[in-house]
Amino acid sequence: MLRIEGLHTHYGPSHILQGVDLAVPRGRICAVLGRNGVGKTTTVRSIMGLVPPTSGRVLLDGQDIAGWAPHLVARAGVAYVPEGRLIFPDLSVLENIRVGERRPAKVWTVERLLELFPSLRERSGNRGWQLSGGEQQMLAIARALVSDPRVVLLDEPSQGLAPLVVRELAAVIKRLCAEGVTILLIEQNMKLAEAVADELHIMVKGRIVYVASPEVFRAEEEEIRGRYLTV
Amino acid sequence: MDLLPFLLVQCLNALSQAALLFFLGVGLTLIFGIMRIVNFAHGTFYMLGAFLGYSAARLSGNFWLAMIVGPIIAGGIGAAFEVGLLRPLYRRDDSAFLMVTFGLTLVLGDIIRLLWGVDALQVAVPDAFAGIVFLFDEPFPVYRLFLAGAGVVVAIAIWQFLERTRLGLLIRATSQNAEMVHALGVDVNLVRSGIFGIGCGLAALGGVLAAPLVTASLGMAGNAIIDAFVIVIIGGMGSFLGSLLAAVLVAFVQVFGTYYFPDFALAAMYLLMLLVLVVRPGGLLGKEA
Repeated sequence: MLRIEGLHTHYGPSHILQGVDLAVPRGRICAVLGRNGVGKTTTVRSIMGLVPPTSGRVLLDGQDIAGWAPHLVARAGVAYVPEGRLIFPDLSVLENIRVGERRPAKVWTVERLLELFPSLRERSGNRGWQLSGGEQQMLAIARALVSDPRVVLLDEPSQGLAPLVVRELAAVIKRLCAEGVTILLIEQNMKLAEAVADELHIMVKGRIVYVASPEVFRAEEEEIRGRYLTV
Repeated sequence: MDLLPFLLVQCLNALSQAALLFFLGVGLTLIFGIMRIVNFAHGTFYMLGAFLGYSAARLSGNFWLAMIVGPIIAGGIGAAFEVGLLRPLYRRDDSAFLMVTFGLTLVLGDIIRLLWGVDALQVAVPDAFAGIVFLFDEPFPVYRLFLAGAGVVVAIAIWQFLERTRLGLLIRATSQNAEMVHALGVDVNLVRSGIFGIGCGLAALGGVLAAPLVTASLGMAGNAIIDAFVIVIIGGMGSFLGSLLAAVLVAFVQVFGTYYFPDFALAAMYLLMLLVLVVRPGGLLGKEA
């Protein structure tokens, strides 16, 4: 579905992504873990075209979309749930979703999204800034799904959320996976990643250095954690 | 003269003035909200509207047609300018926009001088709105009544456009976070060109409608841009409702100031701005405190 090959990205003089290779099979959840500043968010922003990659390929069902403008990447079927959620604060919940609905949704209709996220239905008339962090995260996910995407990029969804809300979030992500949504998940929260992902990737200094299933990861966790993840 | 009828007539007068100020300010504030650009050429588009309206009304003999043609041509020029000259500058710092839009005022001003000459041009009040009516025995120009009405109609139209249409939704979203809108699959550049064209077109509509009162002249742009800035600053940069509120406030201050304190009439508008900035530095309905 989504396949990244040798992706390099520079921010001015700094070489952030140094050859990222990554594949997310259809209907699967792949998680990318890593310390702050290793290039996780840059990976997502490069896929989205928000930071144009210097070289490498981003293949969506075989089509190379690397370097496309963000709106064309989105129209090709990549939906983006950004770090910090970036809800439109002065738009209502429904309006936030409608911005993402470029044409009437076939699979993830607004009605279905409100069933999936009952708290959003309750607050449908509220403005984005009035929502709690958890509600904003659900809204950001709904806004992405309404475009009936082929793959969803979820960047740090657990950031700033209470443990209870993170558990709720995990349930939502699993539910999406069960519905056949393909997800690339960027996380710092290892528990969440372990709980939902089919495959874990660890990123260090702009490269993926470790790939394993959650089972294998759990067995090697102590060592891996010490080598790649703890500061 | 009784006080009440006098006040009523002055209020209507102020509302007709507010309509012109609103057409001028609302485009500038919408453009700023979306693009974070101060469009220095905004007053020039107002002036362009007056001259286009003059010619359209003369050629067709129809003022209504001038009200449509003038804004469309000016809006088209504005949108083309955005695509051709502003778009390449989006990654530069803000001073580049000031230079380019200021340059446009000079170029457009000279083009207008070449095409229409240096003399002020009289635009006839359309027949339907010529003459005066008596309100409580006070004479009042029908055209000013029409202006006040036009202001109300256009304000409601813009409000509904922003609230109800897809483009209106995208304009509001883009003013809050352009990058996010882009990443949701919307060609933000089109939204930008659209709002720039609409804003310039609204300024031109103000110019078309002002011409019968003040004639179309080369001095229009300078006064207009200052009024427009004052309205945007008082109302809060980027706020549609703020520009409406500010236009009404400024118009009342101008009209009543001229009557009661003729010597200070010009200063009154700036005193109002000063007062607002002291109390609310971001403007009445502005975001930044």
